[in-house]
Amino acid sequence: MSKTSYQTILRDGLWTRNTGLVTMLGLCPLLAVSNNVVNSFGLGLATTLVLLVSNVTIALMRDLLRPEVRIPVFVILIASVVTTVELVMHAFLPGLYTILGIFIPLIVTNCCVIWRAEVFASRRCNVLASGVDGIATGLGFTFCLVLIGALREVLGQGTLLSHAELLFGDAGKFLTLHLFEGYRGFILAVLPCGAFIGLGCLIAIKNSLDTHSERWM
Amino acid sequence: MIGIACRSIWIAAMILCGFTILGSFLVTVIYNSTVDVIAAAQRGMLEAKLIKLLDSSYYDNHIINYYIEVLEPEWLGTEQPVKIYSALKKGQPVALFATPIAPDGYNGPIQILVGIHIDGTISGVRVLNHKETPGLSDGIDEEKSNWILGFTGRSIQNPSPDRWYLKKDGGAFDQYTGATITQRAIVRATSKFLEYFKSHREQLFTVKSAENE
Repeated sequence: MSKTSYQTILRDGLWTRNTGLVTMLGLCPLLAVSNNVVNSFGLGLATTLVLLVSNVTIALMRDLLRPEVRIPVFVILIASVVTTVELVMHAFLPGLYTILGIFIPLIVTNCCVIWRAEVFASRRCNVLASGVDGIATGLGFTFCLVLIGALREVLGQGTLLSHAELLFGDAGKFLTLHLFEGYRGFILAVLPCGAFIGLGCLIAIKNSLDTHSERWM
Repeated sequence: MIGIACRSIWIAAMILCGFTILGSFLVTVIYNSTVDVIAAAQRGMLEAKLIKLLDSSYYDNHIINYYIEVLEPEWLGTEQPVKIYSALKKGQPVALFATPIAPDGYNGPIQILVGIHIDGTISGVRVLNHKETPGLSDGIDEEKSNWILGFTGRSIQNPSPDRWYLKKDGGAFDQYTGATITQRAIVRATSKFLEYFKSHREQLFTVKSAENE
């Protein structure tokens, strides 16, 4: 297998095989949490952290693994990393933890984590490349989450970055933008069906962008 | 052949075991070093809500450290012990706070915080945790609407017990559209707690809450 350049790893993670928009892994937290930018960003960062740590750990331990116990070992490692992230978040970002609630432990079952462990970290020798792949995949997921979050928040409540203080402390309060005065809200965008429609629109936009760029090239 | 298989099983098991120990080690270390921070963070969040319900001139103790635990599934809506916090002034009780559960919310239990002055009037009700539909039922959050402030100053006699319902149900409490079940659950949980308070008042105020650190 030829060596993959970092540029390709980044482009793959962020765009070409974006977890949310192309491979559609981890849709459960993606759709459930993305009702505003702050929640999306919080879950995205937590997932990125888990991907980074699990990819690096698995790349480091690669030589100890045997094919028959590979998957159980991945599951143990990923579950341990997620529990760690959950505890740290509960301790230091309690407000955000209350909102994200069950979706932090559910990162364990986010297929994109075990997917990267299986197809990347456990196959290639380079620890650094595995780390970069973890970050790229995580940021791709975060990017997709934040886009849907922004879309739903603007349409649903007419704001952006509401509750920013949960993520950035009291200094974050002024980040909240009220886009329209006296906006009455659009409940469809806030409800789960808004998440499905939003995701569908984003996928359509991405596909049409890809088609256009192919045509021009 | 069987010997080789046994050997493989043994090696695979040792690898799995090694990683299990590694994982357990990591999780245990992190758990032990965050358990106190998490407890402090939870107390901090409750305290931040609690102190807004009572003017600081009324009490002089650190309310969050003075509590008793009661187990009253019938009245408080949960099988778990509920902490009842006391506000004291010069050692005398002036108000108490409890966190009963409204078990019949639209999407599951709703945890509320109720503050009651010693004379039985409500100093305030707030919602602590809920899973109600965003946009529709989250008007119960004080940040989203002032519906929940309608409880302040009420008591078991104000309105009379037969009017402790939403207006829709023939009672005295306003409602906003689209979240009747949620609001009904909160009114019911609050009125139940008031009844509990009425019948256990002596016990709640005379059992001296020890300072719990």
